[in-house]
Amino acid sequence: MNSVAPFLVFFLGAVLVAMTRGRVRAAVLLAIPLVGAFNLFTIADAAVGNVAVFDYTLTYLRVDRLSMLFGYLFHLAAFIGIVYSLHLRDTTQHVTGTLYAGSALGAVFAGDLITLFVFWELLAVTSVFLILARRTERARAAAMRYLVIQVLSGVILLAGVLIRLHQTGSIAFDFIGLDGLGSWLIFLAFGIKCAFPLLHNWLTDSYPEATPTGTVFLCAFTTKVAVYALARGFPGTEILVYIGAAMTMFPIFYAVLENDLRKVLGYSMINQLGFMVTGIGIGTALAINGAVSHAFNDVVFKGLLFMSMGAVLHMTGRVKASELGGLYKSMPITATCCLVGAASISAFPLFSGFVSKSMVMVAALEEGYPVVWLFLLFASAGVMEHAGIKIPFFSFFSHDSGIRTREPPLNMLVAMILAAVICVFIGSYPWVLYDFLPFPVDYEPYTMAHVLTQTQLLMFAILAFVTLKLTGLYPPELPSVNIDSEWFYRRLLPRAVKLFKAVLAPLDLGVRRAALGFVNYLIAAVFRRAGPDGVLARSPLAGGMVVWVLVLLALYLLLNFL
Amino acid sequence: MNDKEKRHIFDNPRNVKRVIHIIYAVCALVFASEFFIDRHVDHPWEILFGFYGLFGFVAFVVLVLAAKEMRKALMRKEDYYDE
Repeated sequence: MNSVAPFLVFFLGAVLVAMTRGRVRAAVLLAIPLVGAFNLFTIADAAVGNVAVFDYTLTYLRVDRLSMLFGYLFHLAAFIGIVYSLHLRDTTQHVTGTLYAGSALGAVFAGDLITLFVFWELLAVTSVFLILARRTERARAAAMRYLVIQVLSGVILLAGVLIRLHQTGSIAFDFIGLDGLGSWLIFLAFGIKCAFPLLHNWLTDSYPEATPTGTVFLCAFTTKVAVYALARGFPGTEILVYIGAAMTMFPIFYAVLENDLRKVLGYSMINQLGFMVTGIGIGTALAINGAVSHAFNDVVFKGLLFMSMGAVLHMTGRVKASELGGLYKSMPITATCCLVGAASISAFPLFSGFVSKSMVMVAALEEGYPVVWLFLLFASAGVMEHAGIKIPFFSFFSHDSGIRTREPPLNMLVAMILAAVICVFIGSYPWVLYDFLPFPVDYEPYTMAHVLTQTQLLMFAILAFVTLKLTGLYPPELPSVNIDSEWFYRRLLPRAVKLFKAVLAPLDLGVRRAALGFVNYLIAAVFRRAGPDGVLARSPLAGGMVVWVLVLLALYLLLNFL
Repeated sequence: MNDKEKRHIFDNPRNVKRVIHIIYAVCALVFASEFFIDRHVDHPWEILFGFYGLFGFVAFVVLVLAAKEMRKALMRKEDYYDE
């Protein structure tokens, strides 16, 4: 039994990665999550690691069922991501990817809010390199917007933590609950990273701009750390039920319209996060189990979908629905893996989404949220639309784009097949996952009723797609940008600055001119009086003055006689 | 397209038809099986026969058509933010 903090394995590993090249580096990269998982396996139950800093005791290691589940999940995600990126010859991505995974582990094992804050910011500054590594101007701009918003989230978190510390005297990272300004700020910070409605746009802005391999890392960690943090700090907070329901609903409309398939997956991610947030908001054992297990499954199947689209991008240089089609001919294995991911996220029976999403939905009905349940059901049909049908259909099937390519490198295929196998395994045999959940599971996914209702929902959604497609009502994929909340900081703010400048500049010029004019007038006036020709500077002759003195004296004399 | 390239499964329109027919058949099957399977009902809204099938179909159509209308308000040129 040991108590080595899981992030240490990754941080030290990253140093080794930076120092090695070629096959040695590949071996080191693969060893990191394996050594880390072994470390996690041998870690003592309820182990605690403390370090004293100034007056505070920081807890860098807190082991319980919730942190362990996310710990194993992040090791799995890191392993899949590393296999997927083995073909790269890019030290930046290898090193920062490893550090990023380590930061996520640091955050979920953090036992106090200050340690959480440190890893919260490390998540931001390590992951931004996975976007920058695309090395395009678009990616650079997106990376900067991403960094600003992520760091802002950290700053808000720190402000909240400090206020809370002042009020309660505690930095413990346990149940927080919405109570006072400090806790609201912490909630807001979690909400930014969790892509709450209107705070979500960083995700769909930056993830599609990252490298094909970078997005696979990105989609696994940041948002799931936020889900973990909400599950730890705000379970049973009712407002989360409605925030979650909104998160499941609005992205599905955008996902229908969006042309960039990785951006579709970004919206899809917000939709899936919505199910988790709703579960956390409901807060019963069943709902929390549902939220957490869905987070686990989402990392794998969303990773799989991002990997398949990354493979398409890697091989063809394109990932827009309007430019793709017919790729099943040259990438059959990738297409099959993508279909497995699509079936998993849509929650078909025997695929992983089926065994986790329904827990949240059952909990919503049981706890008296029928309207929310109806929204979630609507969103489930929406998932079928964008992730179940749109992603595989427009890239691998649809009309033939004429693109002929090959399957991606072997390591990419292995990573996708591994993820696909996990999706099917958990879907068919969910009890392995259920054993790791924070609460004892009293839920049976494979009832006749559940299988029937879910199959009905999904098959009729597919039927609707067929009908719309055959009648020509299905909207065509168009190269476009759809306005979202980013409009405020990508359009309104620059425009406002421009307008401000446009109004202010003439005003400023006018004031300066007027002031200058006044000063000039003053100078001229003084000059007129006191200048060389001014009345004050004349030098009359002495004789003339004598005459005048004479006149004055005569006047006095005259007055004296009167 | 290269003439020598082999014909793939969905190059033949009959195979596409087949897939569509399979979808129709499965839909009919899962709809009809409600006659035989006692679907556990938690909420009064679920009582309607074939509720999930109907809901899935209607939700999908509403979603897609609503999104299509949203396009009129939301869609901009690809370089909208680059100006």
